[in-house]
Amino acid sequence: MRKVIICILSLSCIATIIYSCQNANQIKQDVYYVNGRDIYIKNCQNCHGSNGEGLAALSPPLTDSIFLKANKHQIACFIKNGINTKITVAGRNYEENMPAVDHLADIDIAQVIVYVTNNFGNRQGMYTPEQVKADLNKCK
Amino acid sequence: MKFKRSFPFLSIITYTILLTACHDARKLPILGPREAETITTSDGKITVDTVYQTIPDFKFLNQDSTYISNEQFKDKIYIADFFFTSCSTICPTMHRNMKTIFEKYKDNPDVKYLSHTIDFKYDKPSVLKRYAQKLGVDGSQWQFVYGTKDSIYKLAEYSYLVAVMEDTTARDGYVHQGWLVLIDRQRRIRGAYDGTNPEQVAQLMKDIPVLLNEDRK
Repeated sequence: MRKVIICILSLSCIATIIYSCQNANQIKQDVYYVNGRDIYIKNCQNCHGSNGEGLAALSPPLTDSIFLKANKHQIACFIKNGINTKITVAGRNYEENMPAVDHLADIDIAQVIVYVTNNFGNRQGMYTPEQVKADLNKCK
Repeated sequence: MKFKRSFPFLSIITYTILLTACHDARKLPILGPREAETITTSDGKITVDTVYQTIPDFKFLNQDSTYISNEQFKDKIYIADFFFTSCSTICPTMHRNMKTIFEKYKDNPDVKYLSHTIDFKYDKPSVLKRYAQKLGVDGSQWQFVYGTKDSIYKLAEYSYLVAVMEDTTARDGYVHQGWLVLIDRQRRIRGAYDGTNPEQVAQLMKDIPVLLNEDRK
């Protein structure tokens, strides 16, 4: 009996150590995520909603993982320059203009991308300001 | 013996509790400036009566390009607000919340909605119609109205007590407050709720039935 208890305790001890030793990248991503949340609330939530649900046929939802994955390198451009063409998200057409949020710096955009693409049912991982910069250079 | 003595006492307490439980005394306040007026009652006595502020007559084009006026809101309670379709700040949140209320009272013709656009340059009835359709609103319960700058802005400021203005320095060209104003059957303001604040919107949801029951006694 005693052996079993000791065994369980030591195993849970090891598990705790492994769990708390998240690698540096994960911590960085979490920091981005939390900061991105504040930026989202301030700049995006009015239209896209607190759960990324969008607003009827006016603003698209951010819950379409397939769209976000396929347009991964366009998201920075969408945020910085806005959208004034028709887009199809989750099988629905959206033709209202999205205003440009051009006052955001590359790092802000990276943070809000990390928040959106790892929330609302998405799980895309980290996105860096360098990637944002590269994406913005290639905006259509 | 002991029970017999305490029985009347207990029953009085129970009776009081039951009585107060059934009596919903909550009443909404009447907002806005008011004045006292000397009136002559039907039996010739002269007394003083309180005159509350009311929403004056109005006539605006709605999303179907037809004129609507107070007639459409006669004997109804309604929620009024001020917005514009190209607004990217508080309006989407206000209308997201208002739509939740709209869905809840969809089958009650006594509850109506009146959204005034403050963008007199762009939000013509056709634009309002497109906006309403995209918001998923149809029918006459929720009216979107367009009027001249003068008429809408004056009504907002002096009657609904909502600040609206044109501001070229603002991102979208206009700034306005996000109040959802609750109007009763006598055209008086009975509540103003911040349409971007979930708690105040929840309060509005609770206040609507109170106002609906008010004149049905």
